[in-house]
Amino acid sequence: MEWETVIGLEIHAQLSTNSKLFSGSSTEYGQEPNTQANIVDLAMPGVLPVLNTEAVRMAAMFGLAIGAPIGRGNVFARKNYFYPDLPQGYQISQFDKPIVELGHMDITLENGETKRIGVTRAHLEQDAGKSLHEDFAGMTGIDLNRSGTPLLEIVSEPDMSSAKEAVAYMKKIHELVQYLGINDGNLAEGSFRCDANVSVRPKGQKELGTRAELKNINSFKFVERAINIEIERQIDIIEDGGAVVQETRLYDPDKNETRSMRSKEEANDYRYFPCPDLLPIEITDEFLTAVKAILPELPAAKFERFMNEYDLSDYDAGVLTASRETADYFESVAKACGEPKLTANWVTGELSSHLNNDSLEITDSPVNAEMLTGLIKRIADKTISGKIAKEVFQALWAGEGSKDESAADKVIESKGLKQITDSGAIEALIDEIMANNEGQVEQYRSGKEKVFGFFVGQVMKASQGKANPAQVNELLKKKLS
Amino acid sequence: MSLSPDEVKSIAFLARLSIQEENIEQYSQDLSNIFGLVEQMNAANVDQIEPMAHPQDAMQRLRDDVVTEENQREKLMSNAPLTEAGLFLVPKVLD
Repeated sequence: MEWETVIGLEIHAQLSTNSKLFSGSSTEYGQEPNTQANIVDLAMPGVLPVLNTEAVRMAAMFGLAIGAPIGRGNVFARKNYFYPDLPQGYQISQFDKPIVELGHMDITLENGETKRIGVTRAHLEQDAGKSLHEDFAGMTGIDLNRSGTPLLEIVSEPDMSSAKEAVAYMKKIHELVQYLGINDGNLAEGSFRCDANVSVRPKGQKELGTRAELKNINSFKFVERAINIEIERQIDIIEDGGAVVQETRLYDPDKNETRSMRSKEEANDYRYFPCPDLLPIEITDEFLTAVKAILPELPAAKFERFMNEYDLSDYDAGVLTASRETADYFESVAKACGEPKLTANWVTGELSSHLNNDSLEITDSPVNAEMLTGLIKRIADKTISGKIAKEVFQALWAGEGSKDESAADKVIESKGLKQITDSGAIEALIDEIMANNEGQVEQYRSGKEKVFGFFVGQVMKASQGKANPAQVNELLKKKLS
Repeated sequence: MSLSPDEVKSIAFLARLSIQEENIEQYSQDLSNIFGLVEQMNAANVDQIEPMAHPQDAMQRLRDDVVTEENQREKLMSNAPLTEAGLFLVPKVLD
């Protein structure tokens, strides 16, 4: 039988505020346990939440970026459940009136087509603390530093039909929240997390199959693997005559399997109701106008502009706009040197491969935008060839030169790499090589033109790669004829 | 509307309340009476009224995104039954 997969994602993105959603505690990651949890985060009796403006602004930015209406009178609700890392006994979240309503995100499929994925909603809520189950004999340790950190939960429509599509969507959202500067994109530290709802059904069937929810998957690679393994599991069950149970499952990357966390019988009944401690949040026209004014250029718009303004291929434009930092780097070099195509080649080529090799982000690149500008200017004015430029780049990468535009010039000067364009000097080299290789000269003159390449190689070698290749060709032809 | 003894049990479980089997019948009746009281409100005509999320007809005040709190871990942990290495300790939970 042929099967069809239906996937919806719930992404939890921590908002990059300084303080928590409802308290003035710091949200900084990696601090000593419980040093950033005040009486509100600990849910001491009698405390009241006071809402953070910035979290509301960031959520609104996201809504505008996905083309969604912003809930003018959105409401916080209590989601009730007991867990030790949730001291209130309920999570303050949003239920029927979220801040961000229906929007969408376009993804590019492997065949190059564009698919529109619906974003059902995005709402503000508090993060919980952390439970540490190891190291304490028979006890669990609780760190509430994360308790109350603002989260934007981004819920998609069940519009994805393969693990690859789900990853493409997740990456797009990941890219967008970083462009907007509302999330640091750090999956390893848990600031961007994903749950996947996965079900299968016979191809052509209308009704959805029973779904399983895969919890807290913290890398793009694991999302793809977890979904694929879950699809296989569900198909096996159904083909063996069984039925999929609606449940929460955990992906185990070591064993590459999913396993049940809670069964449906114990399923939580969250008993949502409007939080009596908080009034509805009013989003005024003035507020939205101000948010629109600070909205940066979005990835899709930047992509289009790069193709038009710099005449880049869609591949180059895609790579260069994959992160705001890469786009900014490219643009600053391209503008300063006036060679967008050459800049695109260097950023997507030499620079990217060096960054990959050393596992560095572009913001930490030893070769900054000014240094690359200086280098590209020298390629463009033919002071050095592309090949020598790689040598100069390598030196810059290793810390030679200086941290400004003159860096390449300094390396070219100190290493004597300037291209030889003096025809007298090149002719002298050619004369010497012809004198030392009379046999080959004979061969060439008797019609064996393939030997020409040999001479080019010899001249380039003799000049240590510095002779201008076009000139070498021209002068060789003249001399050999 | 009335509440069955099974529903009473399930609500008690969700609220982590320990109740005696012999009292369930009584709770069931008491809670059903409260429902009866609430149901009287259904008689009111609210066709023209927009549902409110809060009894107060006002909007939420917002605060600036500023860290105002200092570390008070010692003080806040002083009345916790068990702590270790800066963590609150609770009976083992596994999910």
